[in-house]
Amino acid sequence: MAQLPLQFRLNGSDVAVFADEADNLLSVLRGKVGDLTPKFGCGQGGCGACMVSVDGKTVLSCVTLAQNVQGRDVESLAGLSGEQLDPLQTAFMDGFAAQCGYCTPGMIVAARALLRRNPNPDRDDIVEAISDNLCRCTGYEPIIDAIQLVAAQERGTRA
Amino acid sequence: MSVEFRKDLFADERDDDLNEVGKPTRRQDILGHVTGRSPFFDDHRFDGMLHIRCVRSPYHHARIRNIDTSRAETMPGVVRIMRGADVPVNLNTLLSLLDFGKDDEPVLAVDKVAYKGEPVLAIIAESEAQAHDAVNAVRVDYEELPHVLDVEEAIKPGAPSVNLTYPNNKFEFYGGTDKQKLRFGDVETGFARADYIVEGRYQMAPIEQAPIEPNGAIALPETNDRWACYTSTQGLFFTLGTAAKLLDVSSSRLHFIGGTVGGGFGGKVDGLCEPLAILGAMLTGRPVRYVLDRAEEMQVSAPRSAEVWYIKDGLASDGRIIARQFTGYFDSGAYTRLTSYGVVKCTGHLPGPYTIPNVQSDLYCVYTNRTPATAMRGFGVTGADFAIERHMDKGARAVGMGPLEFRLINAYRDGDMKAHRRLAGNCALIESIQAAAARANYPLTSEYMQMSSSQGGGGERAQIPATRLQDGSELPAGTRRIAAADHAPGLIPQVGVDVPVSGKPSTSATPAAPAPAQAQTQFAASPAMRGYGASSLGQSAPPPAPPPPAATPAAEASPPPAAKPQGSPGPRYSRYSKIGNRRR
Repeated sequence: MAQLPLQFRLNGSDVAVFADEADNLLSVLRGKVGDLTPKFGCGQGGCGACMVSVDGKTVLSCVTLAQNVQGRDVESLAGLSGEQLDPLQTAFMDGFAAQCGYCTPGMIVAARALLRRNPNPDRDDIVEAISDNLCRCTGYEPIIDAIQLVAAQERGTRA
Repeated sequence: MSVEFRKDLFADERDDDLNEVGKPTRRQDILGHVTGRSPFFDDHRFDGMLHIRCVRSPYHHARIRNIDTSRAETMPGVVRIMRGADVPVNLNTLLSLLDFGKDDEPVLAVDKVAYKGEPVLAIIAESEAQAHDAVNAVRVDYEELPHVLDVEEAIKPGAPSVNLTYPNNKFEFYGGTDKQKLRFGDVETGFARADYIVEGRYQMAPIEQAPIEPNGAIALPETNDRWACYTSTQGLFFTLGTAAKLLDVSSSRLHFIGGTVGGGFGGKVDGLCEPLAILGAMLTGRPVRYVLDRAEEMQVSAPRSAEVWYIKDGLASDGRIIARQFTGYFDSGAYTRLTSYGVVKCTGHLPGPYTIPNVQSDLYCVYTNRTPATAMRGFGVTGADFAIERHMDKGARAVGMGPLEFRLINAYRDGDMKAHRRLAGNCALIESIQAAAARANYPLTSEYMQMSSSQGGGGERAQIPATRLQDGSELPAGTRRIAAADHAPGLIPQVGVDVPVSGKPSTSATPAAPAPAQAQTQFAASPAMRGYGASSLGQSAPPPAPPPPAATPAAEASPPPAAKPQGSPGPRYSRYSKIGNRRR
């Protein structure tokens, strides 16, 4: 299959690789770029472990054709923290919102996308926002609590 | 999330010195989890890494007449095709590491397949897609055989033999018996005396663990004549031992790296991927990755076994259960994996947390042409508890009592004798029900609110009744264990699900004085077995108890109505001594 050049920005840095026409974004990120934060769970858009955002909108990278992100801005969990952790990461740590940790990257990407578009979510909004992300360990409650806590903290900071 | 601590309960029996319980804490691995940097097995990449996909049976049951790989061998990227003949020891049963059960399952099927999805060939290729294409190019000539998918059908005469190691489709427990038996008292006498007989049939479907991370492994040669294996396994050394046996190498030549597991729930103890990944690395000299896709995870990776239960209770009109009989069938699927262990564990769990003077159970581990079953969150107990608790509701209706009151009357009290001949200790069912009732605004009368796990047990309820055996003979009351030579195999389960609760050494062996220490000495788990799970699977039975003296009182233990708890509280236990017994 033809290898095509593919350029996009990942977490603020330019990336240029060759990828098959049929390659999905997850396999390019993990296999060719070396960003291992998105996880393979189902390969069919069913679990959310591979979630990243493209131009600010969350996508399931295992069912996104890599060629579709040509020239666009991709953000994974690796882009959320630099020197400092994202407050969501701290809240997940303190609130025991991760057990095995496999769904966590997708979960935090989904949560950050929610708080960016809706700084004032109610519990239902949070449940809706993480409804693409399956977690088999926590029962979701600690995750929802952690997101709610960060939303409140960030509202307080702005006020 | 708030947790309610009821430190008022059993306060006099507890050192209130827990420093971590009840306080928030961070997991030691949580920073890796929230930054996506925890090293799951698939987060390792190696130059020249190859990929495995398996050719799998499309039939529930079929003879393999011929395998034609000629086209697949010439497909682009194909490096090697592994067959059953390439596996050094192509027959295993997981618990052979504990000397339990016979080898019954090949890594790659050779003569026949016994479930849909059973692996027949493993194709190693440069990419996963190429391996996938080559799988589709293999031609296997199958002769379909009659199959059986239901446990009760599978044990009928003339049913197809699923598993050639156990041609009657029943696992053989210790001593060659086809069922795990439990005998305590005489259920027939109990039924004859009962005011009500309540019968029920219950079933539970197989349940997939569905971890978000699939089963997988990456193996590669190391420079020192060893092989490294990055793995998702839940049981690192268990899987290492399994791989060493199948590959016929010393375990010191396998270097397993794991412990970061993306969810397991029992579904990652079977070593589905590690042996083939390592074999691939041995045969090609290159790194080899073998990961189940989600469809395989659902169809091929082992679920909790399906179960079918029959329960018959004999009830007195005052609500006491005076006899309970179980027949249960666990669907092991085509091979044993861990279902046999689930059956043994289950037998130690019966008859549920209730003091019943006459109990009989026959549990079968049955082979069918379904996906092999294995560990899954409380396997051996979950299905049984579902059946028991449904049956408790049914019993409560039969005698015209509320479901909680019925349970309170029958609940274990400290010092009661359980059906598998150990004394109950640290009981808390009564208090749990009372607390739940209060939360649910369920009106319990003061008679029931005043009940206590530490009152009313022991005494007559600590007696072991005379026990009727199937051959018509009778074990005298007080018999704790039968000499191996003259007991029907499996009569008393050799399980160790309950660690002895008291540290007091035994000086007496007189069954007429039921002291907890006796049971403890005689049922102490074999040290070799402690490494696996919470319970003993040991065959190494402790020495048999001396025969009971003829003067043993005939303890046809009929528990007093719980409404009138008897005065003697029976033997007492330290409730938390299981955790650590610093006071002694």
